[in-house]
Amino acid sequence: MRHTISVLVENKFGVLARIAGLFSARGYNIASLAVSETLDPAISYMTIVVDAKDEAVLEQIKKQLNKLIDVITVTDFTKKEHIDRELILLKVSCSAKEKPKIENIVEKFVGKIIQCKADTAIIEAVGDQAQIKELLDELEKFGTKELVRTGRIAMEY
Amino acid sequence: MTGAQILIECLKREGVEVIFGYPGGQVLPIFDKLYDVQDIRFILVRHEQGAAHAADGYARATGKPGVCLATSGPGATNLVTGIATAYMDSIPIVAITGQVKTHLIGNDAFQEADVTGITRPITKHNYLVKDVKELAQIVREAFYIASTGRPGPVLIDIPSDIQLQDTEFIWPEEVKIRGYNPTLFGHPGQIKKAAKLISGSKKPLIYAGGGVITSGAHHELKELAEKLNAPVTMTMMGLGAFPGTHPLSLGMLGMHGTAYANHATMESDLIIAVGARFDDRVTGRLDAFAPYAKVIHIDIDPASISKNVQVDVPIVGDAKNILGQLLEEIKKVPDTSDWHKTIAEWKRKHPLRYKDDGKIKPQYVIEQLYEVTKGEVIITTEVGQNQMWACQWYKYLYPRTYISSGGLGTMGFGFPAAIGAKIGCPDKTVIDIAGDGSIQMNIQELGTAVCNKINVKVMILNNGYLGMVRQWQELFYHKRYSQVCITSPDFVKLAESYGAVGIRVTKKEEVRPAIEKALSIDNTVFVDFQIEPEENVYPMVPAGKAINEIIAGLA
Repeated sequence: MRHTISVLVENKFGVLARIAGLFSARGYNIASLAVSETLDPAISYMTIVVDAKDEAVLEQIKKQLNKLIDVITVTDFTKKEHIDRELILLKVSCSAKEKPKIENIVEKFVGKIIQCKADTAIIEAVGDQAQIKELLDELEKFGTKELVRTGRIAMEY
Repeated sequence: MTGAQILIECLKREGVEVIFGYPGGQVLPIFDKLYDVQDIRFILVRHEQGAAHAADGYARATGKPGVCLATSGPGATNLVTGIATAYMDSIPIVAITGQVKTHLIGNDAFQEADVTGITRPITKHNYLVKDVKELAQIVREAFYIASTGRPGPVLIDIPSDIQLQDTEFIWPEEVKIRGYNPTLFGHPGQIKKAAKLISGSKKPLIYAGGGVITSGAHHELKELAEKLNAPVTMTMMGLGAFPGTHPLSLGMLGMHGTAYANHATMESDLIIAVGARFDDRVTGRLDAFAPYAKVIHIDIDPASISKNVQVDVPIVGDAKNILGQLLEEIKKVPDTSDWHKTIAEWKRKHPLRYKDDGKIKPQYVIEQLYEVTKGEVIITTEVGQNQMWACQWYKYLYPRTYISSGGLGTMGFGFPAAIGAKIGCPDKTVIDIAGDGSIQMNIQELGTAVCNKINVKVMILNNGYLGMVRQWQELFYHKRYSQVCITSPDFVKLAESYGAVGIRVTKKEEVRPAIEKALSIDNTVFVDFQIEPEENVYPMVPAGKAINEIIAGLA
């Protein structure tokens, strides 16, 4: 099962390698990872989506993260009220005839066509997991060509 | 002050009395400053791995952090096995490595290696010093992190230009790291729950690990065992946490543990784990482990709890504090008289034993070693059969008298660790129980021992085999002995060529006199015991079996 956790870490070089190394050394899977500075430039915020087969594995992941000296706090969003978002860029086939249809679909979501030339449109969209999935499903029939996702970011209410 | 001077000043203030190390190109500024230092002893090893193990042995024997120093690249990578060994056994060492100049990092410079990258998964924490102004703070933090909480190795990688740069020396009085706050006292609610479980138990068993020794909780452990009249079994790392001669001691449990310790574990209704981590060598088949027992787990590392075995009452904190809290909280003690009758029966039926014939049996050698030394020495071991016999047949009376690579199982550990232990405890006799395979993995440290007049004794149980692997090939691979027959040099001549003393023992009646003679000589001594070649370590629980599925080995 997938879980979203956030990790506040010291904004020092090598911290990302420590986190990534911990996951690979212990055989945990990262589904997505997003890192950025916070309002305090000495601290970075990581949102990590992990695959954990059961509660015990998730517990271990949190405990092991907490053991790292550069980790300040670990928050598990599984049972917490939170919002999460992801930004995607998507290339989709788009003839002049189909453009209005695609525009219609994209506008239902928080998205827009950024560029459209030579029968290919680049679309940006923001949403939670379900919204992004829905959008991708709806656009599939037009011929999706390339997808880039930022990975999930999350924030507690 | 230059970076090198700051480093040395910090080491002095941390109370460092000895550094084990080896010079090289990227630590020249540090060695130049060490040239004038009187109050820190420097032990020049023959291979950096020896320096890491010696620092580790020093730490295990004294409880103080051990320090090793090596140059960049190969110097640093040679430390790696020693650092990993210390990491697996939670031993505080501070490893200092030189690094190529800051502007060359990442340039594939001569003797460059990404040492913080290489050691990240085998250190508790590590640092690459990028600014000389941060050096004092980093050294202070390194010692603090290494020696507090669940201890472990910390590495500081210092580029050679940083060692030469000048800055004002400011000693940070306080260390505060916001992401690092080990819990020291047990949660009162958990202590109450544990006390209640203990009072209601009929077959309690104390399962003590290396954490008892780290925390200095051996007095409290003994008090608890005696108060509850509860048997105590120890992990290999826990040997010495409770006197092996005490009537409540069941010795070691697990793969080569005593049959009665394993039976007691499987029948117990309450396991009180103190500073132990339910390692696979202890638990055997996990889903069959201790089926009737509730588990109280005392550990300073929250990640150790419920990692392998589901725990009923976890208590995070320092073992010494928590055992103190528990002792106060327990009002009603369980009646364990029936439990002891059962255990006595197991002890009677399944004692530790071996066939003592005219040949030199390794068990006999270690029994004799105990008879001569009575537990009043420090024993280090290599890894393999020698190590397991040392666990089974020697009785450890005090903490920090059994020093061995547990988690990583590093062959070649025992001899350099003995050197470190002897420097930490110069008044104690230090004996490495070795095999003919293991001793050859760091045999070059004979040079270190002799040259620095570090008097250690090495008892080589020489069977001409990599014995533990041979035992597995005999039992589980149809006796197809693949690459386990190993030749050795003439250990007597070898010792002599280094200026040490060598004694060869080929007859049983020579065993005890040889031990006595070795102990009486004021020099490093190698004793080459030519033991029965195909003797096995029993009892044994095959890997993946429940720990009461024991191969006893004797008809």
